[in-house]
Amino acid sequence: MAIREIVLAGADDRDLTRLDEYRAGGGYAQLARARELEPAAILAELDASNLRGRGGAFFATGKKAGFIPRESPKPKYLTVNADESEPGTFKDREIMLRVPHRVIEGSLITAHAIESQHVFIYIRGEYLTEFEVLRAALDEAREAELLGGVTIVLHRGAGAYICGEETGLLESLEGKRGQPRAKPPYPAITGLYGAPTLINNVETMATVPKILELGGEEYAKLGTPDSTGTRVFSLSGNVVRGGNYELPNGTTLRELIYHIGSGVPDGRELKAVIPGGSSVQILTADQIDTPLSYDAMREAGSSVGSGAIIVIDDRACIVQLGLRVAQFYMHESCGKCTPCREGTRWMVQLLHKIEDGDAEEAELDLLLDVCDRILGHCLCPLGDAAAMPIASYVDKFRDEFRQHVREGRCPFGGESSLEDVFAPVDQHRGHPTVEVPT
Amino acid sequence: MIDEIRQVAAQYPVARSAILPALRIAQERHGGWLPPEAFEEVGEALDLTPAYCKAVASFYDMFHLDPVGRHLVEICTNVSCALVGAQQVVEAFEEELGVGPGETTDDGAVTLRTIECAGGCGWGTVVVVDHRYREPVRAEDVPRIVQELRDGD
Repeated sequence: MAIREIVLAGADDRDLTRLDEYRAGGGYAQLARARELEPAAILAELDASNLRGRGGAFFATGKKAGFIPRESPKPKYLTVNADESEPGTFKDREIMLRVPHRVIEGSLITAHAIESQHVFIYIRGEYLTEFEVLRAALDEAREAELLGGVTIVLHRGAGAYICGEETGLLESLEGKRGQPRAKPPYPAITGLYGAPTLINNVETMATVPKILELGGEEYAKLGTPDSTGTRVFSLSGNVVRGGNYELPNGTTLRELIYHIGSGVPDGRELKAVIPGGSSVQILTADQIDTPLSYDAMREAGSSVGSGAIIVIDDRACIVQLGLRVAQFYMHESCGKCTPCREGTRWMVQLLHKIEDGDAEEAELDLLLDVCDRILGHCLCPLGDAAAMPIASYVDKFRDEFRQHVREGRCPFGGESSLEDVFAPVDQHRGHPTVEVPT
Repeated sequence: MIDEIRQVAAQYPVARSAILPALRIAQERHGGWLPPEAFEEVGEALDLTPAYCKAVASFYDMFHLDPVGRHLVEICTNVSCALVGAQQVVEAFEEELGVGPGETTDDGAVTLRTIECAGGCGWGTVVVVDHRYREPVRAEDVPRIVQELRDGD
């Protein structure tokens, strides 16, 4: 299978963190071209490419940019979301480390397309080395007078998953707790400092220069009709060769896990796959011929999400997996919406009970009921992102959940690969606990 | 410090936007955590109340409201790392350091923490030592890492 690189193109051959090397490979040529073009012409190329947002929501990039009102008297902002923190995802980190100038070039082209003079790059606080690489690249670009009057501010987060949600990010960037806003109004109209704001993921931005280079129509020939182009997929978990792999959209899970990732180690059996970060529904081993494209994953009952594929072998207890995933969302819930704040705690408590063998059969339905009462009842997708995967674990592995109830203990008997792996204890200090009424 | 914070704040249309960098500067000045006076300093620099600054700081995981050790060892225990042995790495650090997650060694050298997904999932288990990623770390690597921290002190 031919691997055609777009985002990471050339990074194996040259040190693209250096401006001279990036330019030697044609870097910043598309920015120069873009500045000769009318903004509408760039949006037309983005539309033709059918590029969809790589942060996980898969919204059409050109369409979103088109929502920015031209006539607004307020400044227009471009905010690049580099707050990568969806569990299983580590692609933006590699993109920033290896092709920082491509991120900057794509951002500057996009800023021109929406007639913005102000770019903020919100990078997760833990990514210190990545911040330093990006800062050095930005300094080089600034010295080479490539910014063309546009200001780019690198803004470091400080450890909060919710700030990857676009309105949580804006709140954080405004100097507040990162609690998401009600929508509408959407950020395109009322975003940062109440002004029109476009928010795009790092990988989306790093794709833009190549779209101009190839032409939108040519780019759209890569991948599948609903999911054009390539993606940098993050492969992790029980797989021999974990890492980031840039592949055309539509590559199947089997190709990625077995042909590229060399399969499951230690002769173990594949049990399940999480195909798009911990916020999406789980797939069983017999679903691995599903292509990694938007439509195919939706038909399979899951989502391509952030492109993070977590491979799970037969040593893992799915109840423990559910517990660990639920603990993550409980910890990261910002506390603004009651269904998410309280519901994630209920989920954790019920899953604890099931794992300990203390639950009744009816509590499996209660768990699903809690998920149902979160779904669609919160301002931002975090609540859904907790409820959807947990409900899918019960749905797909109900026998394993039942076995816990029936036997009054974990059937793995202390041998699960996830045994005892619970959430960061020190971070939960002082959290109120709720008792599930009987 | 107040001048330094105001310089950072000048990059933003609204000074309050600089609260995260400001808290980071204050935390570095105060030995890795934010004592009550840090909120007064940040508040003065950005024209915010100390209470507001603390409210913001408490939202973010990288700000410490209690003293920490001279070194910070943070172990990712989210799903991808957990599947490949994060718990064994946690236990190895517990044994080497004699403290559990959330605790600091008696000599004040090392604070051990377990954290949510650090974004190094393909190379688990990820351990972040003084804000620099080590990946992958296996249980057998732990004594060497602890020795390195002790030697560096």
